[in-house]
Amino acid sequence: MEPASPPSFAFQELLPPFTAHEAAVEANRCLYCYDAPCLQACPTHIDIPTFIRKISTGNLRGSARTILESNFLGGTCARVCPVQELCEGACVLGKDHTPIAIGRLQRYAVDHVQERGVQLFQPGTPTGLRVAVVGSGPAGISASAELAKLGHSVTLFERRELAGGLSTYGIIVLREPVEVAQREVEALKALGVTVTTQTELTDRAGLDLLLSEYDAVFLGLGLGAVPAMGIPGEAHILDGLGVIEASKVAPETLRLGERVVVIGAGNTAIDAATVARRAGADTLMVYRRTEHEMTAYRHEYEFALHEGIRFTFLTQPIEVVAEGGQVTGLKCVQMRLGAPDSSGRPRPEAVPGSEFVIPCDTVIKAIGQEKPALAVALGLELEGGYIRVDDTLATSLPRVYAGGDCVRVRGSASTVMAVQDGKIAAAAIHAALSMAVPEHGAAD
Amino acid sequence: MADLSINFAGIRAPNPFWLASAPPTNSGPQIHRAFEHGWGGAVWKTIGAPVLNISNRYGGLSLGGQRLLAINNVELISDRPLDVNLREIAEVKRMWPDRAVIVSAMVDADPKAWRDIVMMIEDTGADGIELNYGCPQGMSERGMGAAVGQVPEMCQLNTHWVTSVTKLPVIVKLTPNVTHITDPAHAALAGGANALSLINTINSIMRVDLDTLQITPNIGGRGTHGGYAGPAVKPIALNMLTELMTDAEVLRSGVPICGMGGIQTWRDAAEFLLLGATSLQVCTAAMHYGYRIVEDMIDGLSNWMDDKGFATIYDVAGRSLPQVSTFGQLDLSYQAVARINPDKCIQCNLCYVACNDTAHQCIDLYAEGGIRVDPGFDPRMNGKGVADTRPTPVVREPDCVGCALCVNVCPVDGCIEMVSVPSGRESVTWDQLTAQRPAVTQQWAAMEAYRDEAGIEIH
Repeated sequence: MEPASPPSFAFQELLPPFTAHEAAVEANRCLYCYDAPCLQACPTHIDIPTFIRKISTGNLRGSARTILESNFLGGTCARVCPVQELCEGACVLGKDHTPIAIGRLQRYAVDHVQERGVQLFQPGTPTGLRVAVVGSGPAGISASAELAKLGHSVTLFERRELAGGLSTYGIIVLREPVEVAQREVEALKALGVTVTTQTELTDRAGLDLLLSEYDAVFLGLGLGAVPAMGIPGEAHILDGLGVIEASKVAPETLRLGERVVVIGAGNTAIDAATVARRAGADTLMVYRRTEHEMTAYRHEYEFALHEGIRFTFLTQPIEVVAEGGQVTGLKCVQMRLGAPDSSGRPRPEAVPGSEFVIPCDTVIKAIGQEKPALAVALGLELEGGYIRVDDTLATSLPRVYAGGDCVRVRGSASTVMAVQDGKIAAAAIHAALSMAVPEHGAAD
Repeated sequence: MADLSINFAGIRAPNPFWLASAPPTNSGPQIHRAFEHGWGGAVWKTIGAPVLNISNRYGGLSLGGQRLLAINNVELISDRPLDVNLREIAEVKRMWPDRAVIVSAMVDADPKAWRDIVMMIEDTGADGIELNYGCPQGMSERGMGAAVGQVPEMCQLNTHWVTSVTKLPVIVKLTPNVTHITDPAHAALAGGANALSLINTINSIMRVDLDTLQITPNIGGRGTHGGYAGPAVKPIALNMLTELMTDAEVLRSGVPICGMGGIQTWRDAAEFLLLGATSLQVCTAAMHYGYRIVEDMIDGLSNWMDDKGFATIYDVAGRSLPQVSTFGQLDLSYQAVARINPDKCIQCNLCYVACNDTAHQCIDLYAEGGIRVDPGFDPRMNGKGVADTRPTPVVREPDCVGCALCVNVCPVDGCIEMVSVPSGRESVTWDQLTAQRPAVTQQWAAMEAYRDEAGIEIH
């Protein structure tokens, strides 16, 4: 029997919005620290005590402005940031008490203006300069917004149907609904940014063309596909990002079996498993190391356990078993931890003769993403497979900048880091363009 | 187990907690219920001249999410028929012989009017009379309430009219809407008052509604001043109580004082007792939470008295009065400095900003390794290592004037302490100094000379 598509309630935002009362109570709990650690812990340095104080005084528009001035994707970051690791992790009240729910307060303030379509920013005085931004994920949107506020004419190119990149397609609805990402795209358009979708940059010639038409180019390309596992039956494996995407933009098309196995143990793997679980499947995650080595945040792991997702560690898939085109199981081998490998983590080794089959009807892989393949095609200098950039996010090509996951060789990937990249690159592009163009009359 | 019973100017009660003359004491059934909860007494909502009340009557003060830090009211005295009130007073007193039932009264400034109401009150069997010279709104415009309390001559005359015709103890309830609370107190004593009670409510406009631009409470598009009460007024009430308890004439009279104004818990009650009150009245807290609060008031006060070794209310009463002084008698050479306990400090740095912006710039920030740092951060850190690099505030003691602002802004109990340190100067009060060297109060040059001599450095 064809499995039914999941009920719509399974794919709603996990945390309800704060009520006005909840927000007021929580905001009033904030100590309004001076030189606050939460502000320092935020990669985009949102003035958190100030925005929270504004919530406590009922100045929601001012609060949202405080947030969005530092982080144009404040609505997305409020939902997807690992706040436990960042702002909330730094909250002084966390020392012997509960930290302030900074993420949810931020969401409350930003949603207040974005749900009402309030535009808080205006395009800057036109400079007559043109910037192309490739990729409409968090880095691209952030860069576009900052450049538009500085008066530059910005065109944002996106190869897919909807702009928003990761926010639109890659984050499960439980954490961020599509509408939130689209509201940020709308705010960008209100700043005068031209958003051109279904247009793809594929090679160096395309980049050269952009450079001939624009004064600068920012690349926010993201990452590549989920890598191949190189095991028999791989063609039957679903891509975790594809599953997440379907659950967001076309949940009615989602057809997962009753027993789903997810390969991997990062945050994306947990997201994919959550989709399967919410779709009603008995869901098992397999990971070749132990829970100590898994890359998912601790709170994500705990969330998964709470959702009823099961884990099997020290397990390496070696073959997808299928009969008549239908998956019936995933053959795995038992692993044990050996000496540390180059990442410093113990290297898993197969236990000879320990093969076994996990019966299932769907296999999903979420074992990371490949390095951005386009980076090579563009002829940019690379660093560990990612685009090489300097501190200002300038690439090896003049007038070309890059940010977000495609340069993320230097640190962990996250939306908020991409937003900050967009800000840094925009500032660098603005500085470079301002230097290149003398003030009117200065040449006389 | 401490004995909480009191004998207040001849009025006996099992505990000092009385409900104040106000909405909580509006009717017999209410007071019956209050006594079931354990209240030691009740001052019946003021009876007297015919009135009509209006709607709505209360404005509330909220701050930081905390509701009803104060309430203000434009309610008048009892609008129930006089004979109904009198009948219920008699019934309640008959049913509760051990509780204090006091009747608050307010009539026109006319001896006959007072004699008539006093006779009616005596007939109920009530334990005492409280003269309401405090109502700041509504009645004062008719020459009653605060209009009497604010004019000592009127206060004395009206009091005399009552005390000359009754054997019941007469309590005069004072209005705080005066410059010197001792003036009406002296007048009440001259009029023969057997006891005083304070404070009545304070004139106030509670709030303006930012949506409607109306004054709150909005009474059909208009608003008026009302009487302010509740936790926010407690410091004002404690001060006025202290003014009476340190006044020679009041002390000579020996009259007891009933304290009220923002008593919400047994802790507030204990403070009033320590400053000399021997009975207490409560209103706003009961209006906020109901009569049930008295259970913890009795229990908490009793436990605290046991802990402190106080056997009776009279062991507590006035115990903190010896510490009360005038500014001129304070030791100018006393020196305290703030000391921050680094183990308790959560590094919110509110002490730092308060001291740096608005006090004496004597708190520094130190990073790990004892390096003094400025506030701020390196944006390239991207939040990494915040906990480790977060600077800790440290007081530069030689520059600390001991203002205690930091202690007051610190959100952690016991984290910052004011520590007494030797100033190296001989003890001297302002009164002594100005007696010895009058010039220091007249000329800055003389003041500077004295400071140089004494080694007082002002920065």
